[in-house]
Amino acid sequence: MKEKRIGVEVSQAIAIATKLADVDVISAYPITPQTHIVEGVAELVADGELDADCIPVESEHSAMSACLGSSAVGARTFTATAGQGLELMHEVLYVASSMRLPLVMAVANRALSAPISIWGDHSDVMAVRDTGWIQIFAVNGQETFDNVLCAFRIGEDHRVLLPVMVHLDGFHLTHMIEPIFIPEQSEVDRFLPPYQYPLPLDPDKPVSMGGMGAPNIYFETKRAQAEVLTAAKEVILEAWKEFGDIFGRHYSPVEGYHREGAKVLLLTMGSFSETAMTAIDALRDEGKEVGLIVPRLWRPFPFKEFRQAVKGADVLIVLDRALSFGGPGGPVCSEVRSALFNEGKKPKVIGFVGGLGGRAVSPDGFKEIINRGIEVAHKGSEQEFEVFGVRE
Amino acid sequence: MAKSAEELTWKDLEIGAIITEPGSASQYQTGSWRTERPIIDLDKCTKCGLCYVFCPDMAIKVNDEGYPETDLFYCKGCGICVVECPKQAITMLEEEG
Repeated sequence: MKEKRIGVEVSQAIAIATKLADVDVISAYPITPQTHIVEGVAELVADGELDADCIPVESEHSAMSACLGSSAVGARTFTATAGQGLELMHEVLYVASSMRLPLVMAVANRALSAPISIWGDHSDVMAVRDTGWIQIFAVNGQETFDNVLCAFRIGEDHRVLLPVMVHLDGFHLTHMIEPIFIPEQSEVDRFLPPYQYPLPLDPDKPVSMGGMGAPNIYFETKRAQAEVLTAAKEVILEAWKEFGDIFGRHYSPVEGYHREGAKVLLLTMGSFSETAMTAIDALRDEGKEVGLIVPRLWRPFPFKEFRQAVKGADVLIVLDRALSFGGPGGPVCSEVRSALFNEGKKPKVIGFVGGLGGRAVSPDGFKEIINRGIEVAHKGSEQEFEVFGVRE
Repeated sequence: MAKSAEELTWKDLEIGAIITEPGSASQYQTGSWRTERPIIDLDKCTKCGLCYVFCPDMAIKVNDEGYPETDLFYCKGCGICVVECPKQAITMLEEEG
């Protein structure tokens, strides 16, 4: 395998991934912290390195709408957004998945207004949780790059045909320069076959997409959609397996770090996970049986792999970077607690909300979260969830 | 279509419920929405064609003699033709049942 490792900003690495994937159409509206991705792709097109059409638009709503059209004619389509931009796309996101259009979108996770925040958290992701997209979280730049390539392969598989979001934390990843392995074009071509939509918009063989669904048929369309998203997990596993075979980097739906024998597990998603690993190392040095689990696949939710990952633990501490106002705390905690509720032996689930709007959580912070989580698990708490890192 | 919409299960649908027979909207009987139907008095009608022009569903056709005829498969009974007719030649009759 021929690969070169270069120091590159993660946003630029995503642009390189779209070039290696030989994307046909990009339609995006620039928004911090996603801007460098769009600039990078536009530059590759302008320099003639990527033979693609860039469609400049007046809003994210239009960007996603343009992507629907290009994906529907059978063009490999890419876009990127963040925060408010993802929210402005919201209704069109459902159309992309419902019409089974396998475009790929990088989401530079960002907090939501108000007050205006360009900094990172997962509020934008959680608001689009149920839009029917495959959603993958990256922990670092290499994972982001790799999973953009995987996203095309997974989404365009005829057993799937669904759009894919690759989530990377705004600034913490988008603006980070990392050493990233960039594979040869021939290797990528081995992994990623050309995109062929089975029923494209074609004047010679006309079809209608996005028709009316009266009460006598709408529910059947949703049932079919739910089924295909759940079944996509097998194709995702297959794609990651083949990616590992070719490139030597292996991905699974739920990653573990010092998970074996851990009585206390911390769960994080995205770039905070690597910071949390430092805290886990320190606590292990103190002799504490703690470990970390990092769900990479958010949709479809990997129930089996998740339940397997927490087996044997007494306490599961979940850090959410989003807040469900008036609800049970964080959306991730809510989901994992629900996934375990009917299990016989299961860990006690303690939810934390932290790191909102770019607020950092340091390794010491993660140690505090874990220690407080253990305390709550034993003594109980009157609160539904804990808040970490806010001035009281 | 081999099966009617009511007979299709979720497994029968094309990906994304794509419709592979163009023009299938013509099979949709919008006339079933109607509570009143237009009755045209041909003695008053001057064949001006305004009802044909204004019908939002193209449910009014002009016959060989130049008189308007309502296609009750599509007519929703909106009554726009009644309002637009300059000779008050069209009235609405309540559907029974």
